[in-house]
Amino acid sequence: MPLITYRQALNDALAEEIERDPNVFIMGEEVAQYNGAYKVTEGLHERFGSKRLVDAPISETGFLGLGVGAAMMGQRPVIEMMFWSFAYVAFDQIINNAATMRYMSGGQIKVPLVIRGPANGGTNVGSTHSHTPEMFLANQPGLKVVCPATAYDAKGLMKAAIRDDDPVCVMENTLLYGEKWEVPEGEILVPLGKADLKRPGKDLSFIAHGRAVITCLKAAEILQRDHGIDAEVLDLRSIRPLDEQAILESVARTHRVVLVDENKPFCGVGAQIASLIADQAFDELDAPIKRVSSLDAPQIYAKPLEDLMLPTADRIVATALTIC
Amino acid sequence: MSTPTTPAPIPPQSEAAEHDLRYAKSPVNSDLAPEAKVKLYTDMVRIRQFEDRSLRVYQQGRIGGFLHLYNGQEAVAVGTCSLLGEHDHVITAYRDHGHALAVGMGMGELMAEMQGKFTGSSKGKGGSMHFFSPEKHFWGGHGIVAGQTPLGLGIAYALKYQGKKGCCLCYLGDGAINQGAFHESLNLAALWDVPVIYVIENNGYSMGTSQKRSSAGEILARRASGYDLEWAVINGNSLYEVRARTYEAMQRARERSKPTLLEMRTYRYRGHSVADANAEKYRTKAEIETYKRDFDPISLFRAVLVREGHLDDAKIDAINAAVKQEVEAAVRFADESPVAAVPEIFTDVYATIDENAAAQHGTHFFNKDAHFVGNQQVAEAK
Repeated sequence: MPLITYRQALNDALAEEIERDPNVFIMGEEVAQYNGAYKVTEGLHERFGSKRLVDAPISETGFLGLGVGAAMMGQRPVIEMMFWSFAYVAFDQIINNAATMRYMSGGQIKVPLVIRGPANGGTNVGSTHSHTPEMFLANQPGLKVVCPATAYDAKGLMKAAIRDDDPVCVMENTLLYGEKWEVPEGEILVPLGKADLKRPGKDLSFIAHGRAVITCLKAAEILQRDHGIDAEVLDLRSIRPLDEQAILESVARTHRVVLVDENKPFCGVGAQIASLIADQAFDELDAPIKRVSSLDAPQIYAKPLEDLMLPTADRIVATALTIC
Repeated sequence: MSTPTTPAPIPPQSEAAEHDLRYAKSPVNSDLAPEAKVKLYTDMVRIRQFEDRSLRVYQQGRIGGFLHLYNGQEAVAVGTCSLLGEHDHVITAYRDHGHALAVGMGMGELMAEMQGKFTGSSKGKGGSMHFFSPEKHFWGGHGIVAGQTPLGLGIAYALKYQGKKGCCLCYLGDGAINQGAFHESLNLAALWDVPVIYVIENNGYSMGTSQKRSSAGEILARRASGYDLEWAVINGNSLYEVRARTYEAMQRARERSKPTLLEMRTYRYRGHSVADANAEKYRTKAEIETYKRDFDPISLFRAVLVREGHLDDAKIDAINAAVKQEVEAAVRFADESPVAAVPEIFTDVYATIDENAAAQHGTHFFNKDAHFVGNQQVAEAK
């Protein structure tokens, strides 16, 4: 099976969907002639031309809103945010327009829009380029939010997102763009709302999404090697819709849970899942629900300190040991 | 405290009459059949009466929330929307009743929507500010000032993408021109030759703040020149002028895919919304009366049609009576309509759920106590 990068998987997904559906176009800053600020769209402009790959000026409100309007008319725009942090200047278009258009029109309108780009800290760029907005986007009914952790999921979720009839926010990760995974050739579709058990285990459940899944896999190895604890890692993949059933099944298997994400802790994704488990699986728990999140300050610039801000394998292991 | 200031002037009555004569000769007007001219007049009367009746329903407590009335601006919506062709589309802000009626939405569905009824155009989920009818190419009804301006751009972008020779009329108030979204939209429209026409309905006040106190530069449309966009200032109370000059912009958009910024000088008689307690404080009563007496778009056009011999007192009375019947029927329809059943709260959120919930995975709605709502069983959220 070919080994490809997360970046290549996204690139393949975009190319395949452009070829499949004439309504799909990609718009964003530097996506065409420059080949993408992070090279996710590399080569696509050359292959598909300026109608399908559109370089936009630095004007997120303008071109994201354009995407919403075009989606209302039946296009399937894929709008790149160079960083999800930049979407904050276009929030009105996402929340008041993309998310609520269908509802306010009484179901007369669909908004088949994809907004994609990286949403992660850990790159030594300070607070303004390090936000992880999945929890407050997922707070808005009408939006869907996915956070692929591997190349396979990146490809499958991106293709599913483009074909979805609702607005989907795809949160990528610059630290994963260059990482490689085995990905089979050909069509891959990962349905939204389905979690994936990335590692089975019997003693403890790590429930995570995005790059935190990778960190949890490392933590699970350490626990196995150093402490004889067999942890499973459940990758949510999709935040909204959320695979609550997979979460509850995991709790029922292991009875101990550590929720890990790269959000800040207050109202982060882990808080939602903790509430779910407390409400629906209270009797399955043999220990308190634990959470590991990014440290609760604006993202710091200094690299050695920023490395400590995101959930690390060490911090996850230490937290797990408090309930095992 | 605010000092009353006079809004941007529109031509005095004598000039307006001259303008009407001049624009009456524009082919887009002179080619109109008498019945079509009378229909334009009737459509303005329909908006006026609908708004007056809405106010009464609101005052009786049967319409909630905000109510932004269109009285005084009727020639803009009727004049521009009367030019719509097969591939033309419309989007506006929250003062949307006039445009909704002008594109052909029914009074009943609009009155019901304002009353929050299931028979409303959006099943009671949108309200007064959020009328929609994609079938009539009407894309709302938007509540956030200037939030609709990038959407109008996108609608027009899609038309061009699809190779259709149409345009999008995107309306905004004079208060919206200071929002970044509008300027970003102008830049992109000009940069990419997007066939969108931005129509500023300049009624002189962004809520309670006069144009002089909110916008630099007396001619608002001139902001287009910074983007090398075509622009024009139009007497928005003269139906013939609105039609003649909007038509030029629409042809430019349809034939050459060129955007335009139009500023329609007009005036609103009512407050920003019905809740605007200061509607007669930030401007003088005399100012309002002057506009009503001398510049009313319906009176002006009525005079034109009387002069042209298409209207007389009997016809005018008949039109008023017919419209009154239509409005009363709409109110009855709304009054007698039911509110949506509780499970409707969870429909129209996701298209995928509406169309095939069984094919979807995961939880889309997160209340664990929804079955207690209103003592009615809410459809189990998937």
